[in-house]
Amino acid sequence: MINIEELQEKAKEIRKGIIEEVYSAQSGHPGGSLSCTDILTVLYFKEMRVKPEEPEWEERDRFILSKGHASPALYSTLANRGYFPIEELKTFRKVNSRLQGHPDKNKLPGIDMTTGSLGQGLSVANGMAISAKLENKDYRVYCLLGDGEIEEGQIWEAAMAAGHYKLDNLCVIIDNNNLQIDGTVDKVMSIYPLKEKWENFGFETIEIDGHNIEEIIQAFEKARTIQSKPTAIIAKTVKGKGISFMENQVGWHGKAPNEEQYKEAMQELMIV
Amino acid sequence: MDNKSLKATRQSYGEALEILGELNPDVVVLDADLSEATKTNLFAKKFPERFFDMGIAEQNMMGTAAGLATCGKIPYASTFAVFAAGRSYDQIRTSICYPNLNVKIVATHCGITVGEDGATHQMLEDISLMRTLPNMTVMCTSDDVQTKWAIQEMAKKQGPFYLRLCRLATPSIYQEKDYFEIGKAIQIGDGTDGTIFATGVVVPEAIKAMEMLKEKGINIRVIDIHTIKPIDIEMIIKCAKETQKLISIEDHSILGGLGSAISEVLTEKYPKKLIRMGIPDTFGKSGKAEELMKEYSITSEEIVKQFVNFM
Repeated sequence: MINIEELQEKAKEIRKGIIEEVYSAQSGHPGGSLSCTDILTVLYFKEMRVKPEEPEWEERDRFILSKGHASPALYSTLANRGYFPIEELKTFRKVNSRLQGHPDKNKLPGIDMTTGSLGQGLSVANGMAISAKLENKDYRVYCLLGDGEIEEGQIWEAAMAAGHYKLDNLCVIIDNNNLQIDGTVDKVMSIYPLKEKWENFGFETIEIDGHNIEEIIQAFEKARTIQSKPTAIIAKTVKGKGISFMENQVGWHGKAPNEEQYKEAMQELMIV
Repeated sequence: MDNKSLKATRQSYGEALEILGELNPDVVVLDADLSEATKTNLFAKKFPERFFDMGIAEQNMMGTAAGLATCGKIPYASTFAVFAAGRSYDQIRTSICYPNLNVKIVATHCGITVGEDGATHQMLEDISLMRTLPNMTVMCTSDDVQTKWAIQEMAKKQGPFYLRLCRLATPSIYQEKDYFEIGKAIQIGDGTDGTIFATGVVVPEAIKAMEMLKEKGINIRVIDIHTIKPIDIEMIIKCAKETQKLISIEDHSILGGLGSAISEVLTEKYPKKLIRMGIPDTFGKSGKAEELMKEYSITSEEIVKQFVNFM
């Protein structure tokens, strides 16, 4: 069983991969990738039932990165988990790469759903969760949403349906870094109060620090015990987490580091 | 053609689903609070555990269908054409067509033949929107037998389908024994004076026109294009070579629809003039379906006029 220190170490490796990808491509979204890294680490290295050597295994737990622009985080997690060579991260966003700007399920092993146009992932997760119920299968479905993303109306159509159909095999995680392109989420278009919104749509809610590995593990454990309703984990996060000059800086939503910044970022990640 | 036995293709859809549900346990059906009108209620009654009413939330319905398809289900998602192809366009594009998922969108109430509900509910742009999406097969069937065939056939094919169906009851054209193939148009008659390419609800008008013209000594043929994408290139070229005047007719905007698809083929492969009958660049309006067909000149009488003027 992997312990907390080992998970923290994995998260650091995954962050290195993210910086590598965005630097190689000179394009991509580091801020929102770094904010969800710890959540993805726990999902793929502890919580989820997956077989990297058999990515289409029918009994696997499913994961949908609804905020598809955080693809660097997902790719780096999958590579570190053994779905494909870490070396391939350098091809991110390049012509004919399997690592498309946004995740493409038909190109890269381990991608359960193609995403990119915000607001669509939760509906797809619902479909997977309904399918599991129809087949009496016990796999679970995880869907990561951006906090800015939930300004999309389709999210609330999907939330209503997940509550209505009592999808207790569904676990939503909201990456609440409170930043979107035009500024802070509360200033651009407030989504708050978050907890009450999700509860009113029929969800059990769990509020955590999205960078505290132990809290993340416990939240997923609790979600497994909830019956007859889906769970929403509201994870308070920091955009750009782990790279000091990117933290809480909206400018790092969709910008690549230059050579100097790349070296500085990598150096920060080398420190034990 | 049997003018006495009238049935709307949406009714044929509901009946076909009841049979398909028996044959294929992977088939699931989703609707957005319109199951009475789209006729998916027939499936819902028979297989309640495999029917999902998603409420008035079409975008979520399309995404849910996509999710079901990733797990091996064959979802049929239905609502009115305007809410399917229009409101959920980006969901169909990003969550269904781009990942090439096995979702069958069956959209009823297309075109001006929706009638009294008026412009907001008369989808005149769906062929245009759907046929530009990669991976999508676009169909528009013309009678009971053909619609039932299409519903069964698309379950056997992998990948997304868009089938546009009508509210209006129309005559039966085909018989059970008739052969259909996706992407292969059907030739009715073999006149060489002209060809009328038609799809969906106006195919009976084209057949009526062919009969009326025969009495006037003008021999045309009707080409029923039930698959708009991929379009039957060979058939279009064949008719362009063998017949004099070419006309297309559709209950859809003349921009981007059947006429446009045929024009694209003719322009590249066999340049020849094509008259496009259909709804001009405008929104529809309220009225009875039959009255609106006259108003927008998509009737057998108008087809006859076009050919007579030419000859």
